[in-house]
Amino acid sequence: MSKTYFTEDHEWIRVEGGTATVGITDYAQEQLGDLVFVELPETGKALAKGETAVVVESVKAASDVYAPADGEVAEVNEALSSDPSLVNTAPMGDGWLWKMKLSDESQLDGLMDEAAYKKSVA
Amino acid sequence: MSVGDTQKHLPLEAMHEEAGARFGAFAGWHMPLTYPTGVMKEHLHTREKAGLFDISHMQLFTVEGAEAAAFLSRACPLDAAGLGEGKSKYTVLLNERAGIIDDLIVTRLGAERFMVVANAGNAAKDEARLISVADGFAVTVTPLERVFLALQGPEAEGVLIGAGLDLSDLTFMTAAEPRQDWFATRSGYTGEDGFEIALPLGEAQAFAEKILADERAQWIGLAARDSLRLEAGLCLHGQDIDETTDPASAAILWAIPKRLREEGGFIGADALRRIIAEGAKERRVGLKPEGRQPVRSGVRLMNEEGKTVGRVTSGGFGPSAGHPVAMGYVTTALTDAGTPLLAEVRGNRVPVHVHSLPFTPHRYRKG
Repeated sequence: MSKTYFTEDHEWIRVEGGTATVGITDYAQEQLGDLVFVELPETGKALAKGETAVVVESVKAASDVYAPADGEVAEVNEALSSDPSLVNTAPMGDGWLWKMKLSDESQLDGLMDEAAYKKSVA
Repeated sequence: MSVGDTQKHLPLEAMHEEAGARFGAFAGWHMPLTYPTGVMKEHLHTREKAGLFDISHMQLFTVEGAEAAAFLSRACPLDAAGLGEGKSKYTVLLNERAGIIDDLIVTRLGAERFMVVANAGNAAKDEARLISVADGFAVTVTPLERVFLALQGPEAEGVLIGAGLDLSDLTFMTAAEPRQDWFATRSGYTGEDGFEIALPLGEAQAFAEKILADERAQWIGLAARDSLRLEAGLCLHGQDIDETTDPASAAILWAIPKRLREEGGFIGADALRRIIAEGAKERRVGLKPEGRQPVRSGVRLMNEEGKTVGRVTSGGFGPSAGHPVAMGYVTTALTDAGTPLLAEVRGNRVPVHVHSLPFTPHRYRKG
C-alpha cells in the first residue's frame, strides 16, 4: 500500500516499503513549460529536508526541486537525461525524479494529501 | 486587475486570455508568455508556418519636420538623409560614452517623415532623449498609440494576403503605410521572413481574428519570441546590450556606416571613434554548450585555467537548433569560433565553445 504526499512547493513523494519516489506535480510542470534538462543528484547523496535536490530547466528558466524530507538518494531517473519531456508528459509516472531512503518517515506527516493539494492550487 | 496593479496592459489582452495565455511581467507590461501549445511547439510553428506576436508593448514614434533627417542623424549613428523612402534601418541611441541607450528600427516614410520603433522597457527614456535632442531642430517627435503585431514565418505573406493585406511587394527592411494610420514593415526579430504591422486600436481585434482564422497562423508568446531571437543571434536590449556596452564590443558595428564612424556628427561619435581605434576589450559572441544543460544569463565564463574571461548575457534552449544556445561577452583574444571555454553553472564547469551567430540561418526575403 503506497501513500502519496504533496508539498507546498509542488513536489510529490510516494512512499512504498521504506523507499520514497519524488517528482513534481502536474501543476508544477504546467507552470514550468517544456523541460529541456534535468540536473539529477548522485546516488548516495545525503539530502536534508528543504535542500535543493534537483534542478529542472525549461526553455526559459531553471527551477529548484527541494527534498521533501531527510534521506539518501537511492536511485535517479536516468531516462530523463535523454528525454526530460517525460516530466511534462507523465509528471507522476515515468517522469519521476529520484528515489530516496527516508531517515524519518514521520517528517511526511505535515505534508498535504492529494485532495488538500488539489484544493491549494485550484 | 488587482489593486495596485501598475503593469501596463495590452489592448488585445482579452483575446490572449481567451486563447489561454499564461501571462508574466516584462518591461513593465503584463505579457502573454506562452499559450497552451507551449513554448517548444510555438517556436517550431513560427519557423515552419506563421506565428502571430502581440508586440504592442513596443513604442512607435513619428518624427516629422523639415529637419527630421538631420535630427535623426544627430540622435543616432544613421545616415537618415541617405535613407530611401520606404526603407528601414537598424540603429541605436548612444550616450556620450557610446553606451547603447536602446536599439531601434528607423524607417523613412516621406521626405520629412520617419517612423521609429523602440523597445518597451526603454520607451520613456527614449522619448525623453529624442525630445531633448530635438530641441533646436525643426522637428516634432510624437509617440503613437497603436496595436503592434508581428507575423513571422515562411507562411506569413500568404496568411496576410488571406486576411486582406497584400504586402508581397515589400522586401526585407522595407515598409509601407497600407491603410490610414497603418504601418507595416517586412522585418521582425525571429530570423524568419515576416512582417510587423502597427494599426489603430479599433481595427486590431478584427484584423487579428482574420489572421488567426487561417490555420497556418497561431498566437506565439514572449517565451518563444526570446528563444527565436536568441537562435537568430539578435540582441535583447537590457540583457545583451545596455548603456555599459558599445556598438564595437556588441558586434553591431555593421549597423553604423564606415563614413559616419569616421566623420561623426552623432552623439557618442568621439567615444566610439576612440573605442574603435583602441580596439574593443571584449566582444559579443555566440556560445554553444556541449551537452544538454542550458547556460543562462549571468553565468561566468572561464578559460581552461579557470580565469574569468567573460559572461553569458542570454542563454536557453534552442528548439530548432536542438541544443542549448547562448550568447555573451568574451575577451577579444578568445572570440574565434570553436574556442573552448568553461561556464560556471551552480558550481559545475560546463564546457562551451564560441559559436558563430546565428545558430539557425536567417531566412529573410531580400528580394
